[in-house]
Amino acid sequence: MPVSAFRLPTSSTSDARLIANRVLITLLCAGWLSAWLLSFATLSPNRLAAGQAVMLRDAASEWQFAVMLVLTGLLTVAAFKRPLPRALAHAVVLLASLGLLLVTLYSLGDYAQRALADTSSAARISQGAAFWVIVFCCALAAIDTFQRTASGWLLRLGYMLIAGGSVAMLFASGHFHDLSIMREYANIRDDFADQLITHLVLVGAALGPALLIGIPLGLLAHRHMRLRGALFSVLNFFQTIPSIALFALLIAPLSALGNAFPLLGEWGIKGIGAAPAIIALVMYALLPVVRNTYAGLKGVPPATVEAARGMGMTARQVLWRVEIPLALPVMLSGLRIVTVQAIGLTVVAALIGAGGLGAFIFQGLGQYAIDLVLLGAIPTIVLAVIADFTLQMLVVLSKPAGTRR
Amino acid sequence: MSIGALTHPPSSRRFLLIAHSALLIALVLGMEQLAPMFRALFPDQDPAMYQRESFLNLTLAHLALVLLSSLISVSVGVAAGLFVTRPAGREFEPLVSTLAAIGQTFPPAAVLAIVVPIAGFGFVPTLVALVLYGLLPVVQNTVAGLGTVPSQTLEAARGNGMSTWQILWHIELPLAMRVIIAGVRVSVIINIGTATIGSTVGATTLGTPIIAGLVGNNLPYVIQGAILVGLLAIVTDLAFERLERRFSFGEEGNAA
Repeated sequence: MPVSAFRLPTSSTSDARLIANRVLITLLCAGWLSAWLLSFATLSPNRLAAGQAVMLRDAASEWQFAVMLVLTGLLTVAAFKRPLPRALAHAVVLLASLGLLLVTLYSLGDYAQRALADTSSAARISQGAAFWVIVFCCALAAIDTFQRTASGWLLRLGYMLIAGGSVAMLFASGHFHDLSIMREYANIRDDFADQLITHLVLVGAALGPALLIGIPLGLLAHRHMRLRGALFSVLNFFQTIPSIALFALLIAPLSALGNAFPLLGEWGIKGIGAAPAIIALVMYALLPVVRNTYAGLKGVPPATVEAARGMGMTARQVLWRVEIPLALPVMLSGLRIVTVQAIGLTVVAALIGAGGLGAFIFQGLGQYAIDLVLLGAIPTIVLAVIADFTLQMLVVLSKPAGTRR
Repeated sequence: MSIGALTHPPSSRRFLLIAHSALLIALVLGMEQLAPMFRALFPDQDPAMYQRESFLNLTLAHLALVLLSSLISVSVGVAAGLFVTRPAGREFEPLVSTLAAIGQTFPPAAVLAIVVPIAGFGFVPTLVALVLYGLLPVVQNTVAGLGTVPSQTLEAARGNGMSTWQILWHIELPLAMRVIIAGVRVSVIINIGTATIGSTVGATTLGTPIIAGLVGNNLPYVIQGAILVGLLAIVTDLAFERLERRFSFGEEGNAA
C-alpha cells in the first residue's frame, strides 16, 4: 500500500510560526503528563500480589532526575524555531531522545536495585505505565526526526545499531537484574532459549517451502493469464481464515494420517505439534510471496525484456539476468510481509503444542503471571520489528544503485 | 489488492457469497443436527458436540465484539486519517503513517497479551486490543486513499467555488472510499481472527469451543468452532469485496 507518495510542502506556512516542530511538543507533553499522572514503577510484596504505584520523581535519584530535566529542556528548545538552526535541532533531538531513553531505562533498573536492598527479597518491582509512555515517546521523537530530515538508510541503520547496542549492553551488564520481569526470566532462562530457537526454527521451516513453492507459482501466474484468477482466489481464501481456525482444522487430517501410517507419525507428522503449524504457516505465506513475485515481474518494463531478447539472450538468461534482478525489490518486500506475519502467527501455534514464544504468553495468561506473558510478547514484537527493519534495508539495497533512498 | 477479482465475473462471486452465507447460517443454527456424524467420526469422544453454550450465542457474541471494535476503530481511524491530511495536522502525517506501518508488524496475539496487564481479563481487554489493532489499517488506507485524489480534481473543485467541507464530502471522501473500505476490510478480517484468540483471555467468542477442545483434547469441539469462524471470515471478506467494487469508479474492479 503506497503511503509515502503523498507529501505536500509544509514550510510555506511555518515561517510565521514560533514552534518549528509541533510533533515534538505533543510528544513532550504526553511524556510529562504521564510522568506526573501515571506510575513509573510498581512495588509489590510478592510475585502475584497487586503492587503500589511509585512515581517517577520518587523512583529516580537526584542526578537521574536532573539529567532527565536537562534532556527534556534541550528537546523543548529544539522544538522552537529559534535559537537552534533546523539541522542542529534535528541532531539535538536524535541525541537527546536516545539519552532520555537510556536514562529512563537506567533509572528503572537502579530504582529496583535500591528498593530491593531495603525490603524483603520476595518483593517484586515492575515497570509502570509512565515508563512505557516515556520510552514510546523517545522512540517516536527519533522516528519523526528521521522522517523530517528524509535521511539516508545508512544514518538510520547506524542510529538503530547504536541505540539497540546500548540497550543490549544495559541488559547484558545485569543492571535490570532486580526487575520483576528479569527475575522471571532468570527462572526460565534455559526454557526461554529453547522456545526462542523453536520459534525461529518454525518461522524458517515455513519460509523455505513458501519461497520454493511461491516463487515458481508467481512465475506461472505471470506467464499464464488464465491461471492467475483461480490461483489468487484460492490463496486469498487461506489468508482469510483466522490463524487459530486453520491450525485447528489441520489437526484432524494430520492425526488421521499419523494414525494410518505409523512411520509418518514417527517423523512428527501427527495431529498436534510442529507439523500442522508449519503447514498452516506455509499456506498463509503463499499469497504474499506469489502476489509479490507476480507484481515484481509485471513491473519489469516490456521494452527492457524486448531489448534483452534483441541482444540474443535466451529465455532463461532473460529471466535470471533481467527479470528477476529487476523484480527483486518487490519480491523481497513480499518476503518482508511474510516473515513478519509468520513471526506473529507462530505465537498462536503454541496453542496447538508447537512451542515457541507463544507458549510463555498462554502459560502466563493461564497463571495470571503478567511477567511471563510479557516475556513471551515483548520478544515476539522485538523479533518482528527487527525482521521488518532488516528486510526493509535489504529491499533498499536490492534496488539498482541510484534509485535507493 | 484483489487481483483475484479480475478474472472472476461478479456473478460467480455473488454465488460464492450466497452459498457461503447459507452454509454459515445453516451451521450456526443446525450444528446440533450433525451430532450423529461427529459421534460416528470420533467414537472415543464422549460429548462429541460442544454444548456449554449454543453456537448461535457464541456467534452473536463474536460478532458483537468485532462490530463494536470495528465501529470504534473506523470512526477514530478515519478521523485521524482526515486530521493528518488537513493543513492543520499535516505535520503529523509522516509520524502517524510510520506508526501505523510499524504497529502492524506487532503480532495481534502479542498486542492482546500486552493489554491484559492493563485491562484485566474478559471482554474489555479483547475489545481494547481489537480497537488498537484495527485502527492501523484504517488510518493507513484513509491517508493513502485521500492521497490518491488527483490535485487537478481538487483544484477544479476549488475553482468551482466549493467550500472545504463540500470538497471533503463530495469529492475527496467518495474518491477515497474504495481504498478506505479496503482498509476496513483488512481491519475487520484481522479482528475476526484476533477475537477468536480473545477466548484465551476470557472473552466469549467462537474461539471458546476451539480452546476448550485444545485444552480438553476434544477434536470435535475444535472442528465445530474452527469451521464456523473460518466461514464467518470468508463470508465477511466476500461481502467486503462486493462493497469495494460498488465504490470503484471506472477502475479495474468495475470492469470485471
